[in-house]
Amino acid sequence: MKFVALVLSNFKRHKLRTTLTILSIIVAFILFAYLAAIRNAFQFGVSVAGANRLVVRHRVTLIQPLPQSYERRIEQIKGVTDATQQSWFGGLYQDKQTSWGQIAVVPTEFLPMYPEIILAKEQKEAFLKTRTGAIAGRTTANRYGWKVGDRIPFSATFMRPKEGNTWTFDLVGIYDGQYPDTDTTAFYFRHDYMDENRIWGKGLTGWYTIRIEDPNDAERVAREIDAAFANSPAETKAETEKAFIKGFAEQMGNIGVIVQAILTAVFFTILLVAGNTMAQAVRERTSELGVMKAIGFTDAHVLSFVLIESLLIAIVGGAIGVALGSFMVAQGDPTGGALPVFLFPARDRILAGLFVVLLGIIAGALPAVQAMRLKAVDALRKE
Amino acid sequence: MPNPLVRLSNVNKVFHRGSEDIRVLSDLSLQIEEGEFLALMGPSGSGKSTLLNLLAGLDRPTSGVLEVAGERIDSLSRRELARWRSRHVGFVFQFYNLLPVLSAERNIELPLLLTNLSGSERRRHVATALEIVGLSHRAKHTPSTLSGGEQQRVGIARAIVTDPTLILADEPTGDLDRKTGDGILDLLQSLNRDQGKTIVMVTHDPHAAERASRQLHMVDGQLSSEMAA
Repeated sequence: MKFVALVLSNFKRHKLRTTLTILSIIVAFILFAYLAAIRNAFQFGVSVAGANRLVVRHRVTLIQPLPQSYERRIEQIKGVTDATQQSWFGGLYQDKQTSWGQIAVVPTEFLPMYPEIILAKEQKEAFLKTRTGAIAGRTTANRYGWKVGDRIPFSATFMRPKEGNTWTFDLVGIYDGQYPDTDTTAFYFRHDYMDENRIWGKGLTGWYTIRIEDPNDAERVAREIDAAFANSPAETKAETEKAFIKGFAEQMGNIGVIVQAILTAVFFTILLVAGNTMAQAVRERTSELGVMKAIGFTDAHVLSFVLIESLLIAIVGGAIGVALGSFMVAQGDPTGGALPVFLFPARDRILAGLFVVLLGIIAGALPAVQAMRLKAVDALRKE
Repeated sequence: MPNPLVRLSNVNKVFHRGSEDIRVLSDLSLQIEEGEFLALMGPSGSGKSTLLNLLAGLDRPTSGVLEVAGERIDSLSRRELARWRSRHVGFVFQFYNLLPVLSAERNIELPLLLTNLSGSERRRHVATALEIVGLSHRAKHTPSTLSGGEQQRVGIARAIVTDPTLILADEPTGDLDRKTGDGILDLLQSLNRDQGKTIVMVTHDPHAAERASRQLHMVDGQLSSEMAA
């Protein structure tokens, strides 16, 4: 503790340089928080996707439908406890620019399959008995100012209705997520209502979500399902929900790799900035370090002082950056709701903490070793 | 006769520059008694600074014996030498070498950080050192707000605060005008005379050397003449 004041006193030198270095670290960690939130959003909360749920889709592509008749056959496979069908709707609402998660479901099967969807009891009952009923996630309801009882019109894209070009749903419920990263941007409505009113696709569905008894048995179950429909007109591909969502996200590009590439470039640059600051600091203090060694400070003392100084710069910058980044991410999705989940995940906060420490150590390592190796006689001679 | 405080016996120091060997100290033997004020003089390159560095434990002789207060320091490791310096040596530099971001009292406290003294004990030692050098009223000032003479007094306070065995001064008046330099020499002389400190001072200035109890002249790495006050 008695050395703390000595280390802290070094922050009084070159305040502008230290401030600029800390600012650059702050910006890097704000960017880290944002990119982590974006990557997480594109993975649709892959980390919390049900481990005991599998998705069965057309082997060729997700766009190809599967027969609704598959449901009973899938349920007969050993290890499968339940199956439910879902279909992508792709309607356009108001701005007619983007299509987001509107999905046709069978409420009696869908709600038990997704216990993380929290819906009030009376809203659940209304969803079960209202043919035109739909439920929306809280994020989307807030985004459009919807309330229960509203009639929500969608312009059709590929899912054409028999009359006109508009689908209208009655909003009977607004759901919340059980976990912070549960998707609350989706809009679910009844599959039977869609089936009755669409001009094509009767008897077909987008994909199946199934629940299995034992998550460790997922590979065998998936293999048996695919085998059951092999050589049929609609062969299947069964995979864990995690893999399915990941694959879905990767249709837009490998966001994880892109984010990682950006972050690597950012942190490499910050490492150079912080490393340069520390190298300059040590270079400028050569004679002072010589004096300290002449007084009796050991090589280990000097090494740790430089490392602690470097760590402190990284910790101050990193802590402010992570705090500001968390605050900014908490203000919400910058696209105004297009990203289904927008938060700075706990695992990425831990990772940020690790990066802070690594940044401090790596940036300070070389200057610290140089300071350690410095001979007092040489340092004093350089005056 | 009592044992000398410092004993050098057949000390050689050779520096290597590429394939060339440069002999800076040659077969040098010397004894310094406790309570002596020794002035080391000689032209540039004569080896006086190298000798001072050896006495300070900042460097090791190539061969020979170097003993301070009965302890051989020529064979200590870098780490052991650092510890030894913190207990036995007080340094006074030509350019004061104070840490610019620390106040006078923090600069003086620096060597005490290497001891087991508590905060209040350290403050007490610092106050005493400041009083000895006559700078109690400037304790909170940083070096940039002190004159050259005041900075050197802080440097001396830092050198004596741990009550070291040896005070080594490298051209302590070299950066000061005559009047201020005389003040510093008065202070060193009083530390030697009144408090019995053993001082070795390197200087080019015969006027400064006159203050010492013994003067040694070096030429080409060897002692050429000796003069007692």
